[in-house]
Amino acid sequence: MADAASTKTRAEVFGRREQGGMLGISKSSRYVAHAILILGVLIVAFPIYYTFTASTHSLQTILRPPLPLTPGDHFFKNYYDAIFGGVGRIGGVSVDLLLFNTTVMALGIAVGKILISILSAFAIVFFRFPGRMLFFWLIFITLMLPVEVRILPTYKVMVDLNLIDTYAGLVLPLIASATATLLFRQFFMTIPGELLEAARVDGAGPWRFFKDILMPLSKTNIAALFVIMFIYGWTQYLWPLLVTNRNDMNTIVIALRKMISFADADTQWHLVMVTSILAILPPVLVVVFMQRWFVKGLVETEK
Amino acid sequence: MATVELKDVRKVYGGKVEAVKGVSIDIPDGQMCVLVGPSGCGKSTLLRMIAGLEEITDGTVSIGGQVVNTFGPAERDIAMVFQNYALYPHMKVYDNMAYGLRNRGTPKDEIDRRVREAAGILGLEDFLERKPRELSGGQRQRVAMGRAIVRKPKAFLFDEPLSNLDAKLRGQMRIEIKSLQRSLGVTSVYVTHDQVEAMTLADTLVVMNSGVAEQIDTPLAIYEKPASVFVAGFIGSPAMNLLAGEIAENGRGVKLVGGAYLKPRDTVLPEVGRSVLLGVRPEHLTLVSDANNADFQLKVTTVETLGADTLAHGHPVDGDPKSSELIVRLSGDVQVRHGDVLPLAIDAGKAHMFDAGTGKRI
Repeated sequence: MADAASTKTRAEVFGRREQGGMLGISKSSRYVAHAILILGVLIVAFPIYYTFTASTHSLQTILRPPLPLTPGDHFFKNYYDAIFGGVGRIGGVSVDLLLFNTTVMALGIAVGKILISILSAFAIVFFRFPGRMLFFWLIFITLMLPVEVRILPTYKVMVDLNLIDTYAGLVLPLIASATATLLFRQFFMTIPGELLEAARVDGAGPWRFFKDILMPLSKTNIAALFVIMFIYGWTQYLWPLLVTNRNDMNTIVIALRKMISFADADTQWHLVMVTSILAILPPVLVVVFMQRWFVKGLVETEK
Repeated sequence: MATVELKDVRKVYGGKVEAVKGVSIDIPDGQMCVLVGPSGCGKSTLLRMIAGLEEITDGTVSIGGQVVNTFGPAERDIAMVFQNYALYPHMKVYDNMAYGLRNRGTPKDEIDRRVREAAGILGLEDFLERKPRELSGGQRQRVAMGRAIVRKPKAFLFDEPLSNLDAKLRGQMRIEIKSLQRSLGVTSVYVTHDQVEAMTLADTLVVMNSGVAEQIDTPLAIYEKPASVFVAGFIGSPAMNLLAGEIAENGRGVKLVGGAYLKPRDTVLPEVGRSVLLGVRPEHLTLVSDANNADFQLKVTTVETLGADTLAHGHPVDGDPKSSELIVRLSGDVQVRHGDVLPLAIDAGKAHMFDAGTGKRI
């Protein structure tokens, strides 16, 4: 160990334990812990790696078991075919369009949910109006009504509004969020009343207060919710399945399912694998990118 | 700069709880008025009504001769310093001070000039680019003051601004606030529960108790002639000794509940038989060498040595230990021990008489 000296000093300071630091974790148990963690990573990562491997082989190679464990030489061809060529079983729609559809939907849901919930929480916490608690409870009880429960009436409404096969139809029914409203409500309630009063004395109306003080203070919450809601939107299955009929309005998750035929020979497995990899990439990027932001927000406690 | 006038201001919460029961105060231009009282006495509510943060149930508040009852806080042209500073945590010190001016549409260079001027007065030049959380309590308090100063308002309102600071800093900031208010000459209303702050800062002192202004006067006048038992007990530390008794016959003075007699000199006694509270401040009891000149003998039960002063707790030898307990402030060099008997005289004209029923000064 490079810092054996400091370890020793620490051991001397505490008067016991030769190694392992303050928590008193011995070397062997640390090895065991790492072994378990590495095993976990392997179990989670291997299927993804295998999917990636499969996405770089030709269909013939995939259909002739066993599938090699190392990437093949069809990487560029397969990805080019999928992104720009179109996939036969879903009406020749290319994967870039699917990615675009899904991104619109996921972004629409994430941004819409945050906007609506932060505004309704703002209204509920900072305004006194008749029926305030009634509205709060109305929002609250929708927690008990997930999409699956209200799917038929919602579908009917979408049909009546001519929103089938539109982005609005994909996004609108999913953007009301009781959870996010509650989250913002709880956060707003921790904001000291004096801050609101100081803003009032400083001549800030409700809108200025919201824009100049509440929004900046909610940065961390917004970032966290964005990550959660983006992934929620990205992985939606049931609702896009119902509300889209045209192949070019499909989300990537729906299209992926449609690409797979019961007859193995009909399925272009190499393109399915490419699509799978492309489908998991954006959420991973969102998490990786937003996580740094997230930690920054957590370290710089503003209150 | 302006006068602030309150006329029969009342606040009733939910139609039932009367927090402020008709208070009238006139604050002349450039003066500092301190509202002091125990928690729940309505002093903060009164301040918030002046600020426009609380609706006025009855009566009028005027700033600069104009009734502002229906005005919002921003339209009243006042600035407020809050107990917990209420700085915007995500804004730099500069922006914290500039925010109110920006909302008013003050030109950029004017904002910059005023913020830098205020920062200069308060010694905050080096901190303008910092966030509030990077500042100490005293510095945050200064920023809160700066936010008030840059606005050049008609009145400053202070809501217990020093209660979150440690004792030493509090004393220092107290003096700073005083000299700042003097030099700026802005009419101010200051709320505190600390009577030392109240005494030192006030031009006009308002002692409040359960929604009523018990006495409005200069700090010294309130100290010398408290209008009621409440004011007598609240202003001064240690508190004024209040002894229950009744006026005895034959001019023997006040017969205390425990049986002892006390006859204060140069004090006009009310009619015989009236139940009174005799009030004497601990500093107005003097140790006399000759027992014949003493008004009473104090049996000492506890001694507090403070260095400059010594506080002796006890009761008259012929009095009841419980009901006639009192405190004497003696010079620090006097040696007193538990169990000693001290011959004491009440300073001439320094005794106060209150009606036992109403608590009012006689």
